[in-house]
Amino acid sequence: MRYFTEDHEWIEVDGQIGTVGITDYAQGQLGDIVFVDVPADGRSLGKGDEAAVVESVKAASDVYSPVSGTVLEGNTALADQPDLVNSDAEGEGWFFRLTLSDEAELESLMDEAAYEAFVAKL
Amino acid sequence: MSINQSGWRPEMTAGDSRAPAPGFTGNKALMLEEPLIFEIGDGETTGVDLPAVARTGASRFGGLARTAPIGLAGLSEPETVRHYTRLSRQNYAIDLGLFPLGSCTMKHNPRLNEKMARLPGFADVHPLQPVDTVQGALGVINELAFWLIELTGMHGVAMSPKAGAHGELCGILCIKAALEKRGEGHRKVILVPESAHGTNPATAAFAGFTVEDIPATPDGRVDLAALEARLGPDIAAVMITNPNTCGLFERDLKAISDAVHAAGGYVYCDGANFNAIVGRVRPGDLGVDAMHINLHKTFSTPHGGGGPGSGPVVLSEALSPFAPLPYTARTRDGHVHLIEEERAEEFSAEHFDGRLDSFGRMTAFHGQMGMFTRALTYILSHGADGLRQVAEDAVLNANYVLRSLEDVLDAPFAGAGPCMHEALFSDANLAQGFSTLDIAKGLIDEGFHPMTVYFPLVVHGAMLVEPTETESKAALDQFIGALRSVAERAKAGDAALKSAPHFAPRARLDETLAARKPVLVWKDPAPQREAAE
Amino acid sequence: MRYLPLTSADRSEMLSVIGASSIDDLFADVPEAARLSGPVSGLPSHASELAVERHMTALARQNVVAGEVPFFLGCGAYRHHVPASVDHLIQRGEFLTAYTPYQPEIAQGTLQMLFEFQTQVARLLGTDVANASMYDGSTACWEAIGMARRITKRGKAILSSGLHPHYVSVARTMAKYTGDALETALPDLSAETDLDRLIAAIDDDTSCVVVQYPDILGRTADLTPLAEAAQAKKALLIAVVTEPVALGAIRSPGEMGADIVVGEGQSIGVGLQFGGPYVGLMGCKEKYIRQMPGRFCGETVDANGKRGFVLTLSTREQHIRREKATSNICTNSGLCALAFSIHMTLLGEKGLRGLAGINHAAAVAAADRLAAVPGVRLINESFFNEFTLDLGQEARPIVRALADRGILAGVSLGRLYPGADALANGLVVAVTETATEEDVERLASALEEILA
Repeated sequence: MRYFTEDHEWIEVDGQIGTVGITDYAQGQLGDIVFVDVPADGRSLGKGDEAAVVESVKAASDVYSPVSGTVLEGNTALADQPDLVNSDAEGEGWFFRLTLSDEAELESLMDEAAYEAFVAKL
Repeated sequence: MSINQSGWRPEMTAGDSRAPAPGFTGNKALMLEEPLIFEIGDGETTGVDLPAVARTGASRFGGLARTAPIGLAGLSEPETVRHYTRLSRQNYAIDLGLFPLGSCTMKHNPRLNEKMARLPGFADVHPLQPVDTVQGALGVINELAFWLIELTGMHGVAMSPKAGAHGELCGILCIKAALEKRGEGHRKVILVPESAHGTNPATAAFAGFTVEDIPATPDGRVDLAALEARLGPDIAAVMITNPNTCGLFERDLKAISDAVHAAGGYVYCDGANFNAIVGRVRPGDLGVDAMHINLHKTFSTPHGGGGPGSGPVVLSEALSPFAPLPYTARTRDGHVHLIEEERAEEFSAEHFDGRLDSFGRMTAFHGQMGMFTRALTYILSHGADGLRQVAEDAVLNANYVLRSLEDVLDAPFAGAGPCMHEALFSDANLAQGFSTLDIAKGLIDEGFHPMTVYFPLVVHGAMLVEPTETESKAALDQFIGALRSVAERAKAGDAALKSAPHFAPRARLDETLAARKPVLVWKDPAPQREAAE
Repeated sequence: MRYLPLTSADRSEMLSVIGASSIDDLFADVPEAARLSGPVSGLPSHASELAVERHMTALARQNVVAGEVPFFLGCGAYRHHVPASVDHLIQRGEFLTAYTPYQPEIAQGTLQMLFEFQTQVARLLGTDVANASMYDGSTACWEAIGMARRITKRGKAILSSGLHPHYVSVARTMAKYTGDALETALPDLSAETDLDRLIAAIDDDTSCVVVQYPDILGRTADLTPLAEAAQAKKALLIAVVTEPVALGAIRSPGEMGADIVVGEGQSIGVGLQFGGPYVGLMGCKEKYIRQMPGRFCGETVDANGKRGFVLTLSTREQHIRREKATSNICTNSGLCALAFSIHMTLLGEKGLRGLAGINHAAAVAAADRLAAVPGVRLINESFFNEFTLDLGQEARPIVRALADRGILAGVSLGRLYPGADALANGLVVAVTETATEEDVERLASALEEILA
């Protein structure tokens, strides 16, 4: 099941494990991604905490954790290929995986249809 | 009659539009390609003849004598002169033409300034010489300090900050020190207008403050009512740029200052745009507590391809006691003094009732002395009357640009009255797919440096034009004509603009590649060969 | 007024285009009470070039010029001979009156120069990369401490007692606001540096150790054990070089394992100028570049595939990151970096090493001559072109007495460390290629007379 935030993060949840990235819409707004700073393994994140930084040539944006949890791993492929975020934002360009500490937090997020409607209004 | 034996005669070919094949060198007449020094120099070549010194005694490096080569490349003097001369010709500069970079005040740099800074009495003096041997250098600092204090209507000035942002930090640290002295270190919030320079929030955050935005009114100014509503016991200061980054004078600054002071806070003014008001308005009269002055903007010290700057900070009576050392202030006897660590206490007791309480030191030595000499030379050249004329002509030139172009380019605040020293446009009414960047690059082909682009952030596709007072009407008319032409092409959707510049030493550069795979130093491609040997 | 090209006819014509009746209309937004009706009172009016020149020359004459007397001051600013072509080239208008290369297509001159500068600096300091310069050595030193905090996420910096006291003051001032804890100490007037103390002090809270090389007393020490000790505790070693000419003769800090190396570049290409503007040098290991403050120039290609240069990694900077910037620094020291780079190009490997050799030879000879003055003791066992003498009595009055005789003898430690009695007898003497044997002899004999 995939959820979305108003800050343009997505989280794919499989059991207790969530995979987080930024949406295709967001990458399109940012332009060419040149650098991604992913969180360290084992870092504990609260919902809404600054978890990662994504940089294009002229902008740097914080990426917030959609839910609380503990980071399992960051996407190491992004170190050499930050452009994965441009080419496949909602797949290969994922940022980090975490173990959810409170699944109930997912309820406040949007589903795909709701996110599409949200973006359409921007 | 005599026949022209040489056979030479002036000849013009009929216009041939076919471009010639690329030549052997890649050069284009006066546009000369130049390799890196590491590609043309080597470790054995040097351009200096060192003085002969009789060697005596063994070396005393404590076993640390260098064994590995450094990897530097040397060139002979003629090659060096040519290398840098060729590089210089790939730069745009004020000396070449109008440089309308908004918020940067790219005015003419008088060469008298350079000549004075190079007098051995200023250029060849060590900062730690005994004070008796540097009275003239201290004299320059004091004289400049005096002028800055008088021109701004303030009380003291910290001379040592190395650049505008450093000065800004100095001012904010003075505010922090003053609050702590009052036992009000709990005031943690600094209010900053949305249109502020990015340095403002960066500086406030460094000093441990949190930053909150102040909304703007539709006419591009600070919303006084919203500001007043936010004031309270947690507000440390407001940071305001005046004239602001939209090129407008903050009409309510005095009211803002009064309200902030009444609420127990201080007013920091970003002095980046002082050129618009120098000699006509004194920030001290508007209740400002601290303001940095970019000597390289208002007072014509050279921009030098990005520094060195110099950012003295003028301070109100309330903040003066906290200035970093060394600094300059007017004492009770009316004199202006340079105060250093050693004599700070003595001075404090003698002239300030022991109130001096410097927050510390921001740099080794006294600040950008070489810039003080230049700025003082400039100030003395203009005098009080000339500086007033500077502001008037700077504002006149900007308004002339604004009114000459508002029919062709969107000018978001043009209806709100006159601008100050810079005219703000936007890319609102260009053809689909054309933006500010295309206008900028098109201006390059017209032989101009572009204006400041995409700043202030509050206007989409902003173009901020600051002509300065040192442009003649003829230069302005040519610039206006060029910008009008480029704007019309962008409105008509001229595709050639999208790939401009066409005539510069380089076409548009791949900034994404540069940032994705940073190459910050030259790496010798030779090692593979050596390894093979 | 010679810098203002508008004529009064121009002004009237422009006002009519604008639709304003007078210049005052354009200042209508300034509240009545804040408008000055005429020039700021009590200040002089404009002056001719000749008059200004006279005034400034009179001020300049009140200073004792280093080049006109026997001169031995160092401690963070050094007098070297700068070839004439350096000053000529930096005054080319295309360098002098250009700005930050925001439009790279018409700023390749400045950009290529910065790329060359970064390469020269990285090689000299022994680091992987270097930035496009900082304000000066003292601010670069503080910025390195901040950088170490961001990298290690720890807040305790251990400063060597051999670090320039002004650099310590700057760090102490700034640390008040960032909350970094600084461990500092005063130097001893002895040949031993405090390397062992530093190694012992490193613990799991330490972000960095900051050590000057050669240090404030001119001493040199192998930094390798310190680098190893710091890195074993996951702390960084920051080395500070205030006299970069030294690196032509002695091993670079990067070679000895320093993680960040900062320096004052003034001594190459930039004159003394009473303390500024100077040029801060900063290099580091490649893995730390995204935590580094300041500007970078990077190589790239243009739309036609030609090599070119741009400012890059600017997302670390304040104009984009605002309150999250790596530093509030927003400029470099461009023209001084150019002077440094030109001088370095003229010197080349051979010239810099030769210059360093001459400096050292001159300093060794001077140290021996001065140590032979009765009552004077040479503190250093090792040094480059600067060493410390114990005069056996307070050095400050002696420096003043020597200045009265037209000799600028060096920097008394009493000036640098007011109130530190144990250091009061110390005199730091720098001997570069600009000091002649005759200068040294004049200093030695004057010292003999005064101490007798």
